[in-house]
Amino acid sequence: MVKNIIDVRNLSKSFDISSKEPGLKGTIKHFFRRQTKSLKVIKDISFEIKEGEIVGFLGANGAGKTTILKMLCGLIYPSEGSILVSGYLPFRRKENFLKNITLIMGQKQQLIWDLPPIESFYLNASIYDLDKFEAKKRIKKLSEMLEIDEELFIPVRKLSLGQRMKSELLAALIHEPNILFLDEPTLGLDINAQRNLRKFLQKYNKETNATICLTSHYMKDITSLCKRVICVHEGEISYDGKLDLLLKKLSPVKEILVVCCSEKDAIKLENSGFTVKNKIKNEITIKIENNSFTSSLKTILNNFDIKDLYINEPPVDEIIGKILVKKSYDI
Amino acid sequence: MLEYRVEIALWAISGIIPFFMLNIWTNNSLNESINISNIMLSRYFLCAFFVRQFSVVWVVFSFEEDSLLGKVSPYLIQPLNPFFRYFTQHIAEQITRFPFALIIAFFFFIFNPESIWIPNLGVLFLSIISTFLSFLIQFLIQSIVACLCFWTEKASSIERLLFIPTLFLSGLLAPVASFPEYVKSWIYLTPFPYLIDFPANLLSGNKTNVFVGISMQILWILLFFQVFRKIWSEGTKKYTAMGS
Repeated sequence: MVKNIIDVRNLSKSFDISSKEPGLKGTIKHFFRRQTKSLKVIKDISFEIKEGEIVGFLGANGAGKTTILKMLCGLIYPSEGSILVSGYLPFRRKENFLKNITLIMGQKQQLIWDLPPIESFYLNASIYDLDKFEAKKRIKKLSEMLEIDEELFIPVRKLSLGQRMKSELLAALIHEPNILFLDEPTLGLDINAQRNLRKFLQKYNKETNATICLTSHYMKDITSLCKRVICVHEGEISYDGKLDLLLKKLSPVKEILVVCCSEKDAIKLENSGFTVKNKIKNEITIKIENNSFTSSLKTILNNFDIKDLYINEPPVDEIIGKILVKKSYDI
Repeated sequence: MLEYRVEIALWAISGIIPFFMLNIWTNNSLNESINISNIMLSRYFLCAFFVRQFSVVWVVFSFEEDSLLGKVSPYLIQPLNPFFRYFTQHIAEQITRFPFALIIAFFFFIFNPESIWIPNLGVLFLSIISTFLSFLIQFLIQSIVACLCFWTEKASSIERLLFIPTLFLSGLLAPVASFPEYVKSWIYLTPFPYLIDFPANLLSGNKTNVFVGISMQILWILLFFQVFRKIWSEGTKKYTAMGS
């Protein structure tokens, strides 16, 4: 049985936030009598993550996804509840725990801005107690996987965003962590760079059985990497389970555009009991429920003369968009 | 900073306050009131310049900026205290500044040939140690102040409060010996005279109690280190990882 590597119980986090009214009056009032209030951004959440799993955290801006990741990696202290990551309390930041994890946060960089990335890699290697030979080996392996080469010797400030992101990843993975916390790792990257990064993460997960916790606003990241998603809505978990189940639930029907050989065939199909969305001459769009999709398709192909057929999947972004604004889902 | 060579030279030149002070002291014959000869006074201010070059600290500004921009976050989850990074940066830059400081000293001796002296190896060794200890004291003081970023976000404002006593009581503007006796006795109970006055007096060959001076420096380091550990441990619990 695969063991749990992350165990979160009744976790909450509150922040003290001060607010200020606009204008001079507001500024003076803010100066003399600062109003602060405690804001509970994470509310009593519990979940487990198994070793080797890739889990996507979904939610609107400010839902609390990043705060969860920050607590999981020990960056911020939880207000209530317990977290165990790989058997450690993250916030204690024990050396063995820190050597086992990594955190990548979008465009927040750990590379030294004025120096070539290779300098940061060797610095990180010594921080993680790797000898020069081992560091060289790992840099070579990771740079091949990430397809970076000459960029290693160019000052970071002169690299493109994609090249920088790849270098960030290399710096964050040089100690071969077992748990990766990725907060919008593809933010700002072009389509090819995003695809390469996703391919790399899949490969890394396959080769090392690393656990990956990921947040992203690019649905392609989530759909191509994560089988499981945790949806966060205003600090609470609104859904925790398989992504495909959620998609099926939220989009129970598929649309098929059938191009019949003649208008007569189209009329025959229209009257055969399928739910018809619209019909234009010999083209007819019908809706089929997911659970009877294969059998319905067979019936159409066997009983009607058709010239062509198109299956329209509803856009994932549209479906996920529905998740972000709902409080809970029972699947 | 090491990537920008001109910046290092400018930084070294910007630390010449002691030479201005020397000029004020000698032109007004102020040294006579404290029984220090012109030669010893010029050596003192040259040494104050050297000590200042190798003990100046800016960690509070670096940490504050990194903290506000969220750059501290990746460092916090590495198995190395982020302050060690700043510490090594300071050391690297001090080593780089050394040749520039020597060039400035060379020009100083051209204009003040009577001040030329060669300290014996023992004094030189103790002065280097004392200067390093001075650097450690200042680094720890600023690190403690920097940790206040976890609560106030603008810790550099608090550092500015420390700048005034550091300027006046450290020996940068005037040797501590020039203060009235009753003031001096209080000053020596603070860490400030051990930042510049003590190492500069030691290096320039002025009369000073080496054992007491170095012991006081070590004492302050131990004290500040304990305070730093405590404030670091409490502060990181308050960290909100803003800007990221």
